[in-house]
Amino acid sequence: MRWLMRRVPAGRTLVTSVPYLWLLLFFLVPFVIVLKISFSESQIAMPPYQPLVHWASDKMLQIQLNLGNFAFLVEDNLYWKAYLNSILVAGVSTLLCLLIGYPMAYAMARSGTANRNILLLLAVLPFFTSFLLRVYAWIGLLKNNGPINNALLALGVIDQPVQMLQTGFAVYIGMVYSYLPFMVLPLYSNLEKMDLTLLEAAADLGCRPWQAFLKVTLPLSRPGVVAGCLLVFIPAVGEFVIPSLLGDPGMLMIGKVLWTEFFNNRDWPVASAVAIALLMFLVLPIMYLDRAQNAANEDGEGR
Amino acid sequence: MATSQRDPQVKFEPWNDPDAKPYVRIEKVTKNFGDFVAVHDVTLDIYKKEIFCLLGASGCGKTTLLRMLAGFEQPTSGRIYIDGVDMTTVPPYERPVNMMFQSYAVFPHMTVEQNVAFGLKQESVAKAEIARRVTDMLELVRLGQFAKRKPHQLSGGQRQRVALARSLVKKPKLLLLDEPLAALDKKLREHTQFELINIQETLGVTFIVVTHDQEEAMTLSSRIGLMNHGEIVQVGTPRAIYEYPQTRFAAEFIGQVNTFEGKLIEDEPSYVRIESADLEVPIYVDHGVSSAPGATVWAAVRPEKIQISRAKPASSDNWGSGIVRDIAYMGDVSIYLIKLDSGKVVRVAQPNIHRHAEDRLTWDERVYLQWHGSSPVVVTK
Repeated sequence: MRWLMRRVPAGRTLVTSVPYLWLLLFFLVPFVIVLKISFSESQIAMPPYQPLVHWASDKMLQIQLNLGNFAFLVEDNLYWKAYLNSILVAGVSTLLCLLIGYPMAYAMARSGTANRNILLLLAVLPFFTSFLLRVYAWIGLLKNNGPINNALLALGVIDQPVQMLQTGFAVYIGMVYSYLPFMVLPLYSNLEKMDLTLLEAAADLGCRPWQAFLKVTLPLSRPGVVAGCLLVFIPAVGEFVIPSLLGDPGMLMIGKVLWTEFFNNRDWPVASAVAIALLMFLVLPIMYLDRAQNAANEDGEGR
Repeated sequence: MATSQRDPQVKFEPWNDPDAKPYVRIEKVTKNFGDFVAVHDVTLDIYKKEIFCLLGASGCGKTTLLRMLAGFEQPTSGRIYIDGVDMTTVPPYERPVNMMFQSYAVFPHMTVEQNVAFGLKQESVAKAEIARRVTDMLELVRLGQFAKRKPHQLSGGQRQRVALARSLVKKPKLLLLDEPLAALDKKLREHTQFELINIQETLGVTFIVVTHDQEEAMTLSSRIGLMNHGEIVQVGTPRAIYEYPQTRFAAEFIGQVNTFEGKLIEDEPSYVRIESADLEVPIYVDHGVSSAPGATVWAAVRPEKIQISRAKPASSDNWGSGIVRDIAYMGDVSIYLIKLDSGKVVRVAQPNIHRHAEDRLTWDERVYLQWHGSSPVVVTK
C-alpha cells in the first residue's frame, strides 16, 4: 500500500495538473497544428495543405518550411490594412466600453447591498440569450424601417431614415453592447473591494470628492481597468460576427479576412499564417499589460 | 524622545479656569440614524492642548461624535464650534481638523513619503516646504528610513505612525484619533501611548481620542468623557472618574469595583451609614450624600482599597466575612475572590509585597474584609 502512496503524486500537484493538462490539450496542441499549417503550402486535396514532413527517398526525411504565407501577408497590403483596422476598431470599442463601463461599475459598487445584487444580475443577464441572437436583434433595431428610425421620423427629428446598418457606427454599437459586461464585471469586483475609509481619509486631508476620485479611486482601480480592457480588446480584435452582420461589407477586419481565407478561398496555410500573425500582435501588448497588472497588484497588497 | 514641555509647577487644568475659552465646543448635539439615537444631547467643552478621551463600550456613540467633529456626519441638531468658528455644516475637506482612522486608511498605492505629503500637496504648499515638513514629521515618528517604502512593506505599528504623521503634518487645530492603538499588540500599545503623549506635547495640538479601552483612556487623557447610550455620563480627569464616579455605570465601567446595594440608615452632612443585606455591619462613609434616609443607594468599593485579614475586625462597621473562592496571582498583585455569607462575591486586590510570603491565604479559608471610611463612594443611580 505504502509504495502506491509514494507513486501517487501529492494532492496539490494533482489539482494543479488539471488546468495545465486542459491548456495543453485544447490550447497548445491546436496552436502547434495551426503553426504547422501556416508553414505548409496549399493544395487541392484533403486536407487542403501539403505535409511538412515527408519521405524524399527511402532514407531521406525532408522537412519543408514554406515561408511564403508570411511573406504574402507582408506583400499584400490588404492584410496590413485589415490588421490596423481591426486594432483601431477594437481599440475604440475598448475605450468606449471603459467610458461607459466605469461609471456603471462605480454606481453598482457604491449602491446598497440589496440593489447591488440586482444590478449585478442585470449586468450578466444578456448572457442568458445567445450572442448571435442579440446581434441579430440589433439589425432589427438599426435597419431603415426599424424602431429607432421610425421613432426619430415620428418625432420629426429626421425627414428620411438614417442609414445606420452596414456602417462603422453599427459595428461600434454591436461591439460595445456585446463586450460591455466584460468591462463592467472586473471593474465592479475591483471597485467593490475598495476600502471606503480611504476616501474619507482623502476628504479629511483636503480633497474634494472629485479630487479623491482622481487621486485614490482611479489609481486603485487600475488592476480592474487593465483586466477589463484586456477582456474586451483581445476578443474584439479577432471579432468576425459583429462586423459581418452589422458592418459595411467592404469594411476590412482581420476576422473577416481569416474567414474568407478559410472558407471561401480554402487556403488553410494563409489563413493559419493570418491567425499566427494576429496572435503575435496580441501577445506583446498582453505581456506588457500583464506585467503592469502584477506591479499594480503588488501595490494593492497588505491593505 | 521628546521632552515634556509641560511645566510640572503649573497645573494644566483649563476646565477649572472660569476665564479659559473652550477650543472645541459641542453644543446640544444630537444625531439620529432613522429611529436610532446614536448621540443624544451632548454638550462638551474641550480646551486647547488637551488630550480628551471619549470612552465607552462599542455602540455608545463615541465614534459618531468623533465623525461629526471630522465632518463625515452632520448633527441632526445642535452646533459644533472649533476655535470659535461654527463648523457644523462645513465639509471635511474644509475643516482645520484631521483624523487618524482606526484602520489607519493609509493609501496603499503611495509610498510613506507620498502618504504624508498628500495633505500638503492638496493645500498647494510649495514643493521645498513640503519636502522639509515631510522629512521633519517622518523624523518625529521615527520613520525616516522607511520614506520610500510602500505600506504593504510596513508592520502594523509602522503603518500606525504613517497615519499619525499624515494627519499631523498639516498642523491641524484638532487631531481626532479613532481607537489609535486598538490594532497594536499589548507591548507596542503601551510604548505607543507614551509616544503619542510626547508628540502631542511637542506639537501642542489638541487631541480627541475615541477608545473603548479604559486603561488607554486613563494613561493618555487629560480628561475623560465617559459615554453610554449616546449620552455623556461623566466628564472628568482620570483620577476624578476613578475615585469619584457619579453613577454605578461610571464606577463599574472604569476599573473593577464591588458595589453593595443598601439603604441609608443615617444621613448626616458629614457622614452616612448604609445597611446592606450582604454585610453583618453597616457601611460607614465619611462624606455626605444628597439623598433621603431610607433611599436605596449603592456603595462602591475598589478592590485595592479592601484589606484581607484572618482576625475579626473590632470596628463596628465597614467589614464583612467570607470564604476564599479563588486566587489569581498576577505578579504585582494577587486578586482574591471572596464569597460572602450572603452569596455575594467580592473582589480584593492585594499587592505582593514579599517574595517569600509564608503562611499566605489559601482556598476555602475564612477571612475578614475591611476598608476605611473614605474608601466607599456612594452613588444613587
